[in-house]
Amino acid sequence: MTIQFKDETFRDDYTFRNSDWAIQRFPFPFHEDSYMYSVNLEPHFSLRPGSVFEKTFDVDEHYISEMKDRAKVLADDPLRCQSLPHMTLAGWDLLELIMVSKARDYPDMFELHQNGDKWHWINKPLQIEQKFTFLDETTLPCGPLEYITRQAQGDFALLDQRDENLWMDAGMITTQADWSLDFDIGMNFYEWHAPVPFAHELGIFQRALKFLLNLQQGAPVRRLNWTMTVNPLLDTSPENYHKWGVQKTTLAPGNVGEKQHLRVELQTLFRLPRSNAMAFPIRCYLIRLEDLVTVPKWGRRLHRVLRDLPEELATYKGFINNRPMIVDYLAQFDDGGPTSPGTYPD
Amino acid sequence: MSAGTQKLEVTLAEVVEVNALVKRFRFVRRDGGEMPTFSGGAHVVVEMRDGGITRLNPYSVMSDPRDRTCLMISVRRDDVGRGGSLFLHQKAKAGDQMVISYPVNLFSLDLRARKHLMIAGGIGITPFLAQIKQLAATNGRFELHYSVRSQALASYADDLRDHHPEHVRIYHDDQDERIDLDTLLDGQPLGTHLYVCGPKGMIDWAVKTALAQGWPREAVHSEEFLAPQSGQPFEVTLDRSGKTIKVGEHQSLLEALEAAGVDAPYLCRGGACGQCETDVLRHEGKFVHRDHWLTDEQKSCGNKIMPCVSRFEGKTLVIDR
Amino acid sequence: MSKFQFPKSILSRPVYDTLQARAGRAHLMVADAEGAEALLDLAKAAPDLMAKSHIIYIPKGAGFEAQLAALRPAQLRVAPSFAAVAPRLHKALADAHMGLQIYLAGTEGLIGQVMQAAISAGYLASAIQGEHRGSVARRVQCVHCKGITEDVATDPFVCAHCGLNLFVRDHYSRRIAAFQGVCIDAEEPGQVPPAKELYA
Repeated sequence: MTIQFKDETFRDDYTFRNSDWAIQRFPFPFHEDSYMYSVNLEPHFSLRPGSVFEKTFDVDEHYISEMKDRAKVLADDPLRCQSLPHMTLAGWDLLELIMVSKARDYPDMFELHQNGDKWHWINKPLQIEQKFTFLDETTLPCGPLEYITRQAQGDFALLDQRDENLWMDAGMITTQADWSLDFDIGMNFYEWHAPVPFAHELGIFQRALKFLLNLQQGAPVRRLNWTMTVNPLLDTSPENYHKWGVQKTTLAPGNVGEKQHLRVELQTLFRLPRSNAMAFPIRCYLIRLEDLVTVPKWGRRLHRVLRDLPEELATYKGFINNRPMIVDYLAQFDDGGPTSPGTYPD
Repeated sequence: MSAGTQKLEVTLAEVVEVNALVKRFRFVRRDGGEMPTFSGGAHVVVEMRDGGITRLNPYSVMSDPRDRTCLMISVRRDDVGRGGSLFLHQKAKAGDQMVISYPVNLFSLDLRARKHLMIAGGIGITPFLAQIKQLAATNGRFELHYSVRSQALASYADDLRDHHPEHVRIYHDDQDERIDLDTLLDGQPLGTHLYVCGPKGMIDWAVKTALAQGWPREAVHSEEFLAPQSGQPFEVTLDRSGKTIKVGEHQSLLEALEAAGVDAPYLCRGGACGQCETDVLRHEGKFVHRDHWLTDEQKSCGNKIMPCVSRFEGKTLVIDR
Repeated sequence: MSKFQFPKSILSRPVYDTLQARAGRAHLMVADAEGAEALLDLAKAAPDLMAKSHIIYIPKGAGFEAQLAALRPAQLRVAPSFAAVAPRLHKALADAHMGLQIYLAGTEGLIGQVMQAAISAGYLASAIQGEHRGSVARRVQCVHCKGITEDVATDPFVCAHCGLNLFVRDHYSRRIAAFQGVCIDAEEPGQVPPAKELYA
């Protein structure tokens, strides 16, 4: 299918808009009317043609605009992409994974021609053509992680596996929900998750880690995570929080539908073959509430989830102050009717 | 079956006698496609159908990770073992169709290391063969000390010495050549990692020596494929189906489950990785825990067992499978 | 004695040990101010250790120089500040071999910065021992300008580099050897709660 790429902004004038197609395929994360943490990992295989779960790395109408926004973030703050020296091989593994997957899943947009270690990559939407020698960094304009993730939607963390733990030793992080790669790089699984309330006590991270340590080649997994953002701002980094934090106070009863966004992360995990490390893509999808409620089940369910969410979670996810206003807005879309199990529209 | 590993349908393309005890086996994909690449230290689990018995044995991949045409293993014949190596040595032949798992790595290099110091004993050389090829291709710094029984049984020693004369040293048992580990470890640069692969005694000795010199535990890596040891036969009740099965003297609990058609997860089949961890619902008797996975507390609690290597002696054992 | 009981916190917050003698080929000890007392305690428990140890001590007026010298360590260097002794520390680490044991004692800032130097020299973080003594002031990195403010004793505080009002998190980075400071009045500019002492 041909995608109509948009030319839109995720900052300043916020011209970002979802088409009807994007709204219908939005990865709504709640399968029931309440929310608590769980190790909600499932196999990442192709599901529901047209959905965000169909392809290994989903490409949508926001692709070109998101890559432009990433380039701006990096120009302003190069520390958003870092790779500790021993992670270059993992970067190559990721480059191969993304190029092979995109060329296979979207042959009209991406081509990869491999002649031994001489590779030729064509990215039509971004008008990029690159010939290079696989595993030779001197033949690329920058390291493999940075090179390929400047052409792939979503954030990417690379996790080294050592000492029965996973270590965040490289990443391209420009669309994060409020955590700093520069600060967290070098931390292990428990350390970078340390600020999350409740989850450690529930044993979530112990179980997740045990599972992930045994993740194998060819058997990736995925899960959904979520938070809320005022305005479709992709760069909600701690680094810039002193600039964007105040936007939360611009929410008013008359603009909740337009400004308040549900922000969902499609997280996937892949074992990387040559480095034995793990790729951890974190793909961000945004939807304004007034678009979300056009799916009646989602309107009802989101109202109930946010209304009943424990205070600590709403605080940690950064919307505690605006919660009453958001719940009030959503109440008009909740007639108390039953909602079907699962996340998909009826 | 293993939850989480892919299988590769392969043809055994070639069997080469390396010496009186060791044979090399080369697998290619039946569909003619590329083999997956892997990280040095990885192993594959080879499925062998030997008459009525299905064996699943892990073997280190020794080939070059960049060689996508094949995967190669080397197997030392064990005349008193449970028969896996005998099957490969005596019955497997070129042209046979077999199934192997995707490579799995439980003995990987620490890529932060300033230097990789390798100690190999006998057939323990196999993971290092792949790792050395990987490091050589990336200018990694390594040093191998390889203990063999005799020149005649020094698998791949000539090859290693020819390619890396400055970084390989061979010690022949029958000439009383011993690795002087104390001296070897003393003065290694900060950031050196030690890797040991060989018999249990060798691993224990190397770890003890390094720790006594003040090396941190995380800088010492070892791999020992624990072959499941034989033991008294015992009965197990499988709670999910209500079936009761018998585990034979030379059969592991995991193998008995598989023989009964139960799809139990596994990865290393050697008591190290935790994948086969199984809940015990009821028991009257005592456990023979032979794994490296459960904590001492878990082992004494009696509510978990690792079916790939551990056994049971007693009246009743009910597990959650 | 000056041993502070740190309240239980998140998993990225460092937790300190009591120094123990360990088997090793060489022993490097670095302490500041009251951290010397931890080394004196260690020497009492393991008298033979000191003759093989290289001690670096930054007194900051606490005055334990003579007592440390009386332990007759293999080397003793008394330095006026961490910055002044850093080149010597880096050289000692560059010349070091496997089998080196590292013992750190004193403020979190000192422990963190030596650990940082050791890790960049190839030493494994988990093998370093650190015992806290003395001041509980922290090194805090401003997540916005990346500048580190030393000796932060109150929450919130003003970033010494960019002037933002920051609250002090327990989230800690070994690589940066600092806790994280985040703008406290981003959502309500000018609304800064009164500064309280850390752990008050």
